[in-house]
Amino acid sequence: MAEDVVIRAQGLTKRYGPTVAVDHIDLDVRAGEIVGILGPNGSGKTTTILMLLGLTEPTEGRAEVAGFDPLRDPLEVKRRVGYLPDSVGFYDGLSARDNLAYTARLAGLSRREIDHRFAEALDRVGLPDVGRDRVSTFSRGMRQRLGLAEVLMKRPSIAILDEPTATLDPHSTQEFLGMIRGLKSDGTAVLLSSHHLDQVQSVCDRVALFNRGRIALSGSVTELAHRVLGGGYVIDVEARGGTARNQLAAVPGVVRVQVLGPELYRVHCERDLRAAISRAVALSSDLLGIRFAEPSLNEVYTRYFDEVRDAA
Amino acid sequence: MRRRGSPFTGVGVVLAKEAADYLSGARMWVLEALVFLTAIAAAYAAILSIRANIGESPFLFLRLLTMAQDPLPSFIALLGFLIPLVAIAIGFDAINGEFSRRTLSRVLAQPIYRDALLLGKFLAGLLALTIGLFSLWLLTIGLGLLFLGLAPNTEEMVRMLGFLVATIAYGGVWLAVAFLFSVVFRAPATAALAALGVWLLFSLFWSVVTPLVATLISGPPEGIFGPNLAYLQTSQILDRISPNTLYAEIALALLQPATRALGPVLYSQVQGALLGAPLPAAQSFILVWPQMTGLIAGMIVIFAIAYVVFQRQEIRA
Repeated sequence: MAEDVVIRAQGLTKRYGPTVAVDHIDLDVRAGEIVGILGPNGSGKTTTILMLLGLTEPTEGRAEVAGFDPLRDPLEVKRRVGYLPDSVGFYDGLSARDNLAYTARLAGLSRREIDHRFAEALDRVGLPDVGRDRVSTFSRGMRQRLGLAEVLMKRPSIAILDEPTATLDPHSTQEFLGMIRGLKSDGTAVLLSSHHLDQVQSVCDRVALFNRGRIALSGSVTELAHRVLGGGYVIDVEARGGTARNQLAAVPGVVRVQVLGPELYRVHCERDLRAAISRAVALSSDLLGIRFAEPSLNEVYTRYFDEVRDAA
Repeated sequence: MRRRGSPFTGVGVVLAKEAADYLSGARMWVLEALVFLTAIAAAYAAILSIRANIGESPFLFLRLLTMAQDPLPSFIALLGFLIPLVAIAIGFDAINGEFSRRTLSRVLAQPIYRDALLLGKFLAGLLALTIGLFSLWLLTIGLGLLFLGLAPNTEEMVRMLGFLVATIAYGGVWLAVAFLFSVVFRAPATAALAALGVWLLFSLFWSVVTPLVATLISGPPEGIFGPNLAYLQTSQILDRISPNTLYAEIALALLQPATRALGPVLYSQVQGALLGAPLPAAQSFILVWPQMTGLIAGMIVIFAIAYVVFQRQEIRA
């Protein structure tokens, strides 16, 4: 396994009788990277996560997580991976501290480490004063944060988050996404499963699009847009001068130039051509502004599944 | 492929947490109160009866456990009835409760095998049961000391200890049954009902079922020349499938030292025996050894089935 690849799946397959839940998927996740896994319900996302955690046995193929085989060394894998399931559950009769202390003891932390890490983790997820409160009094948002605190207490090299914002309000969602970015800045690789495409786009470096147990597409959002929408890189240019449109069209790699207004052009290109476009416009016109318009993951997702449906 | 790492990693942590939950939970307090009140009432009623006939038996402490006084049944009869209920109440939601709370995947995402979770929970249940029964045992002895004004002799203590172990094993069988249903059924209410159904089958209907089945297999109970021995043997084998029968036979042999056999006895076998004379404790233990191992083996087999079923389940909660 390459040095910085912390999750690698090769031909990973899971069958339940005649049903193929996951079909020969290949996936790499590097240290400090946030990778989103998307797809409709039943497309194999959660089964893949369970196989990576060693909680279910693959029928075929292999995986390596943090340098260990989840099938052969599940304990070593689980020592290094923090997992937050969708709508996380806690023991309602116990306090937040007792809940997290239980899983921390299972993870092998000493009492001293638990005390230290617990306060730090609760602080980080914005729940500094609820350690002694029973979880039964917590809102859904607080439970999700507590779940993330559990992941943080483990100080994992990989965090697997399954639909972590599904039950959160918009404000809590934004805060939660900030915490996920915090994991990345700690050097933790994050595998994020979600149906909220805008959220995935805002935090993920790469995405893998699941369809019927296979990874249909994978790469950065821009790469996916290029493949699905064609000319996925969109640059808006504001320039004054009569020849700006011709100058833009002449740049190698530009697919199409749209005139949006008297001094506003939308340039569709094969790759990120911001530097080349700036130079070209400067030759004959006044460049007033240039903006890299990121393609929308929502658009990519919708178009891809429309095409799949049409093909069927 | 062989998994690396001990399957027992984390058993102690699970055991400590679950035992604390069981012992401090309201459910356990209510059940323990029920068992304590009824058992102590039965023991007290027995004490009153014994005091009226003191000096009749060299094993007064044992009579404390076996003597019934209307309207209450004997202490051992009450235990035989209530212990399965306590064990089922402890175990019926052990695993499916984790599913419905959605805590299972969180717990199993920690570096433990599911073996450790199941075993830790089962041992915790057994520990809670043992603590409750041991307290009851001590309380009964204390009552005896207080109201009879006599100390139990060594033989009585050994027999009562043996009975305590048998009671724990009996509770263990029902705990394993409850665990099995908690693994098989996702709804705790269904698991509780299924376990109670098995309990009712063995405690109420088994004595009706066995003669019918024994007659079908070995013919009618009475032959031309007297009792049909084949029928008696078949009936006894079928009876002993029930943990209640095994437990009742152990209680009988250990707490009534004059018991010399636990089944049909031929006339030739009692020739020369001093009928009514008590057996030494060691002989009584030999007599109940098959029943004792039967209970323990039953507990292990049922737990093993629960274990296999749990290992094959998909963890998605």
